[in-house]
Amino acid sequence: MSTQIQEGEQTEDEQAEEQGESVPANQQRRMQEKRERADSEERQREEAESSLDDEDTRTLKVFRYDPEVEGKKDPRFDEFVVPYRKGMTVLDALMWARDHYDSSLTFRHSCRQAICGSDALFVNGRQRLGCKTQLSDLQNPVRIEPLPHQEVVKDLVVDMQHFYDQMDAVEPYFNDDDVPDGLEEQRQTRENREKIKMSTRCIWCGACMSSCNIAAGQNEYLGPAAINKAYRFAMDEREGEAMKQERLEILEQENGVWRCQTQFSCTEVCPKDIPLTDHIQELKREAVKNNLKFW
Amino acid sequence: MSQSYDRGLVEDFGRWRDFSAGMWAWVFHKFTGWVLIGYLFTHIAVLSTAIPAAGGDPSIYTGTLQGLEELLVVRFLEVGLLAVAVFHILNGIRLLFVDLGVGLTAQDKSFYASLVLTGAIVIASVPTFLAGAI
Ligand code: HEM
Ligand code: SF4
Ligand code: FES
Repeated sequence: MSTQIQEGEQTEDEQAEEQGESVPANQQRRMQEKRERADSEERQREEAESSLDDEDTRTLKVFRYDPEVEGKKDPRFDEFVVPYRKGMTVLDALMWARDHYDSSLTFRHSCRQAICGSDALFVNGRQRLGCKTQLSDLQNPVRIEPLPHQEVVKDLVVDMQHFYDQMDAVEPYFNDDDVPDGLEEQRQTRENREKIKMSTRCIWCGACMSSCNIAAGQNEYLGPAAINKAYRFAMDEREGEAMKQERLEILEQENGVWRCQTQFSCTEVCPKDIPLTDHIQELKREAVKNNLKFW
Repeated sequence: MSQSYDRGLVEDFGRWRDFSAGMWAWVFHKFTGWVLIGYLFTHIAVLSTAIPAAGGDPSIYTGTLQGLEELLVVRFLEVGLLAVAVFHILNGIRLLFVDLGVGLTAQDKSFYASLVLTGAIVIASVPTFLAGAI
């Protein structure tokens, strides 16, 4: 669990900025204020940093980019020195930096316990969940970038739409009208539940897709997460035969399972430890069996 | 949000330092596969122009091969070819297991094993390939 401690209060400047933001006509004035504020911000920053002098600290190098603000349109790295506490995660550090240095530092997060999937980041050259990554496991300085192969919207926020589209493309829902033996519910054996167990754990973070070299070059490739989603249903014994056939057809297409070159990058980065390559390979064999029926 | 910043391809190539075992295996397998294809065509081109059927004189073939084997570069290239072929075969066997879904959790170890074995076989072959050349 992360333990973000709320420290310090919002300055009046920051509040004024937030109000101004909802009124586009105020943009000009805001820009002016911002410039004036830059000086005092710099002073604040120095104060905050010098008060950390005899503390154990970590340095974050954070990718910054904001297409909507003049002078921030060029991507760059900002350095933030944050106090280190035992058990501190990358997400905690980012939040500290945002709350103490720059309230405009933008990143997604919600659950802080590796279940919502919103804070997949590129940390020290690897896709990781900010909230699941301990600073103590990383080399200092910690380099934090938005997920590669996705377009950056602002700072650490990437456009996830393509990922979601791919997830939807495999029709990720259960569909069978047949209820066996006049039962009211669909039953599943323990063994079958065990088989699909890992595949159900996906939190839609997009780390796997971002790590995949093939998905980067061939944008239409379904990607590991979507194929794993399909696996979750195709291997579920409760799935109807017609639906399974439909699903396999989607997977067998040009941009389905056969794009996978078994580079294992996705399996390596998945924060939920889903054996993605394993599942993709099993679906490849399933697809072959489905088409090579000589009997 | 209409604007967004595309970091492009160059950035991807700069990431090689972060590659893990499976990724390196893929890169090397692609590379060695294409080198083998390249060698195959050169091989066919050289031999098909050196055989008696191309010129009529049987000594052309012997002369060509002896001429090539006298060059130190060619001896070293042969060692290189062996390295490329051995790695491709060993990693190819690894990939066949991966396709069968066998031992996927040991995929990184089997890649390292392919590398080590390739190295051992290549070193053992050096005396044979370079005999008489140095
Ligand atoms: C016992 C010998 C060999 C084995 C076991 C073997 C195995 C394999 C396997 C399993 C693949 C597929 C890789 C994948 O799944 O992505 C492959 C690809 C390939 N192999 Fe071989 N191979 C052998 C010999 C050769 C030879 C002699 C050549 C060239 C003349 C060759 C050229 C290639 C090429 C060009 C590719 C495609 C590389 C790519 O673009 O992905 N292989 N090999
Ligand atoms: S499969 Fe793993 S890495 Fe991919 S989206 Fe799901 S949780 Fe994230
Ligand atoms: S904040 Fe929810 S997964 Fe990290």
